[in-house]
Amino acid sequence: MSQAILEQLRARFGEAIIETHNFRGDETAIVRREQIVPLCQWLKATPGIECNMLIDLCGVDYSERAERFEVVYHLYSTTQKHRVRVKVRLAGEAPQVDSVVAVWPAANWFEREAFDLFGITFVGHPHLKRLLTFDEFEGHPLRKDYPVNRRPKIPTPDPLM
Amino acid sequence: MGIQNTLQEGFFTTRLEHVLAWGRKYSLWPMPFGTACCAIEFMGVVSSRFDISRFGAELVRFSPRQADLMLVMGTITYKMAPILKRVWDQMCEPKWCIAMGACASSGGFYDNYSTLQGIDEIIPVDVYIPGCPPRPEQIIHALVKLQEKICGTGQSFPVAPPLVAASGVVKKGNAA
Ligand code: SF4
Repeated sequence: MSQAILEQLRARFGEAIIETHNFRGDETAIVRREQIVPLCQWLKATPGIECNMLIDLCGVDYSERAERFEVVYHLYSTTQKHRVRVKVRLAGEAPQVDSVVAVWPAANWFEREAFDLFGITFVGHPHLKRLLTFDEFEGHPLRKDYPVNRRPKIPTPDPLM
Repeated sequence: MGIQNTLQEGFFTTRLEHVLAWGRKYSLWPMPFGTACCAIEFMGVVSSRFDISRFGAELVRFSPRQADLMLVMGTITYKMAPILKRVWDQMCEPKWCIAMGACASSGGFYDNYSTLQGIDEIIPVDVYIPGCPPRPEQIIHALVKLQEKICGTGQSFPVAPPLVAASGVVKKGNAA
């Protein structure tokens, strides 16, 4: 069933699908960054696919690769009971990808988390602000080059009055 | 015993600060600042099997304004640190602090970007309890240690000893 999704994706988006793999049922498509929003919309809206639930969205840092960062989307369909994984690869020190909050509102905090910990900017996000660390935090701690023994300054409390 | 000899029978003399300290040590009102698993262990200490009220410290208050003993139980992140500091500042003098567990004392095994490496970076601590989490007996032991310290009969602590000042008010050495 999910295998058919990858074929449908290839047929529909062609060039935008860089590669796919399927190891024991983890259907994965690596797609071009520019196409992520229309692709997600298509996965959500197409009858028979209907990935109406965003299970998780996270960043990954493969520091040895040229396209260093990856954003991984785990999708599930509550009507069809199947899963798909979509990945985008991003290059550079200030990686950017379009936000999918408009497709799944659940992406809101996930994208803020990836922005906070990996420094990935989600273009079009309604409120892209650090989620887990505090505003004055410097750097992005889950990047592989973040020094393991670096400690932030203790943030100053807001005045009571 | 100078003055006592000149008084009638039935009197004895003491120092005012001694009486105050005696009263205080049996009426500690703890404020639990529980952020992680250690706070669960504290529930065992307050409930009947171990029963912290045997030591006069059963009135757990969730307002810092009504408490004089802060129990920091759990991991304190950098994001939480200013909140802990503010709650501590809202407590009235005299006040004491117990760091319960490895996390509150030193950051524990969370030696990473997000965790404060011991609450004594921001507030003075009177007694540290080792363990992950400490046994209830250890918490009671810490309480007894603190009571000794309040009376001034315990061992001297390197961090923030309460000073018995000439005015007779028990003061914290380096309280904020
Ligand atoms: S010291 Fe151990 S039990 Fe206590 S808060 Fe830390 S991890 Fe949890």
